[in-house]
Amino acid sequence: MVIFDRVSKQYEDGHEAVKEFSLEVKDGEFLVMIGPSGCGKTTTLKMVNRLIEPTSGTIYIGQKDITKEDPVKLRREIGYVIQDIGLFPNMAIEQNIDIVPRLLGWSKEKRKQRVDELLSLVEMDPEVYAKRYPSELSGGQQQRIGVLRALAVEPPLILMDEPFGALDPITRDNLQEEFKVLQKKLNKTIIFVTHDMDEALKLADRIVLMKDGEIVQVGSPDELVNSPADEFVSTFIGSSRMENYKRSETR
Amino acid sequence: MNIELFEIWAKHGDTMLKALGEHVFLAVTAVFLGMLVAIPLGIWLVDRDRYAKYVLGGVGVIQTIPSLALFGLVLPFLGIGTRPALFVLMLYSILPILRNTYTGIKEVSPVYVEAGKGMGMSRFQLLGYVELPLALPVIMAGIRISIVYIIAWATLAAAIGAGGLGDLIFGGIAVYDYDLIMAGAVPAAILALVASWLLGALEKVVTPKGIRRS
Ligand SMILES: Nc1ncnc2c1ncn2[C@@H]1O[C@H](COP(=O)(O)OP(=O)(O)O)[C@@H](O)[C@H]1O
Ligand SMILES: [Mg+2]
Repeated sequence: MVIFDRVSKQYEDGHEAVKEFSLEVKDGEFLVMIGPSGCGKTTTLKMVNRLIEPTSGTIYIGQKDITKEDPVKLRREIGYVIQDIGLFPNMAIEQNIDIVPRLLGWSKEKRKQRVDELLSLVEMDPEVYAKRYPSELSGGQQQRIGVLRALAVEPPLILMDEPFGALDPITRDNLQEEFKVLQKKLNKTIIFVTHDMDEALKLADRIVLMKDGEIVQVGSPDELVNSPADEFVSTFIGSSRMENYKRSETR
Repeated sequence: MNIELFEIWAKHGDTMLKALGEHVFLAVTAVFLGMLVAIPLGIWLVDRDRYAKYVLGGVGVIQTIPSLALFGLVLPFLGIGTRPALFVLMLYSILPILRNTYTGIKEVSPVYVEAGKGMGMSRFQLLGYVELPLALPVIMAGIRISIVYIIAWATLAAAIGAGGLGDLIFGGIAVYDYDLIMAGAVPAAILALVASWLLGALEKVVTPKGIRRS
């Protein structure tokens, strides 16, 4: 689905944020990128929808080199959820959700149907919520809409940058559960960025642990917990979390 | 004082109405022309930081030229009458609108800009769906400031024969007729207040619902 081939990014100030990043993301995979703040997760993610251009290396989506695509068209085919939610405050919920369908010129009826469908997916009554404005929703509800917005045209690939990071722990927990179920149902390829190891262990098919712009280890949650590649990995996971995880696995 | 105003009205009513009509025409037309220049220019500058500094600076310099002097300066090129007056007033109206259009768009939170781009908006769509609606209250405030200034400065347009309430004021000064000065000055002040109030109301109406402060 998505292939990173020795992708590097050096910012104008000379800082090398991502170094020779190579990875193959499989179709339908839930891939979580994790690492300390500033390790290059966001930079890597934004290179996939060309909000940032790599300095060297190539990214392929379904065999195609993305630099050969029109960035605007490319982005409409990739779902994108950002940490700050970023719902447009001047638009009602329905307009926020159907923004990409509007950009693609869907008919009004089809858009309305899709909005209703999506709101029902997260158990928010369209009668109640479609006409509201983002400021009239709770943080958790807003981020649900942020996720629905990314799902609107059923893109096969979705990028998520710490989507639940700004939420309180309880809301975050609920949304993670909800989203996990949703992902299983919709069977999307997801690249998900977080700095929260619990979240990564809970959601990921595979985890990519990064440090200073480089991959330290790639593996399933089991592999990371049971055979951490080095000291950094085990410290990053933390011994108590390792114990907990192993205990819950054996149960 | 009230009685005095009524007397003035009885004596100069017809002239006042005619002058008021001219004044409104001058101010509204000048600001409208100013908008036609300032808003597109402001939008154009948003992605061109290199020019923005110079253009805003340059337009700022015009603002510092005393208006009477500017009316005098265009005299050799445009002569006297309504056209040169409109031209000068338009120049003055540009800065507040230009500055507010530029900064209004610039100050739209990068979060929304990134979200819009990430959704696949073209530059033009980003402007139409996100940046302009969110900047609209700021742009409207610029128009409001502009029209209040222009109503005041339009009184000077009488100096080059463009008519308006300034006619009464200059006429009154010339013959030392206090009533006549008042006949020009009071309506000009009221006009500025009314215009400011109207535009304030309009600003509320055009502000997108989700970002209205109740
Ligand atoms: N526009 C930029 N210009 C220069 N440096 C940047 C820019 N964006 C990010 N960086 C730097 O690149 C590194 C990686 O940033 P980022 O990808 O945002 O990390 P993460 O998402 O893992 O926290 C950080 O050191 C950050 O300061
Ligand atoms: Mg980040």
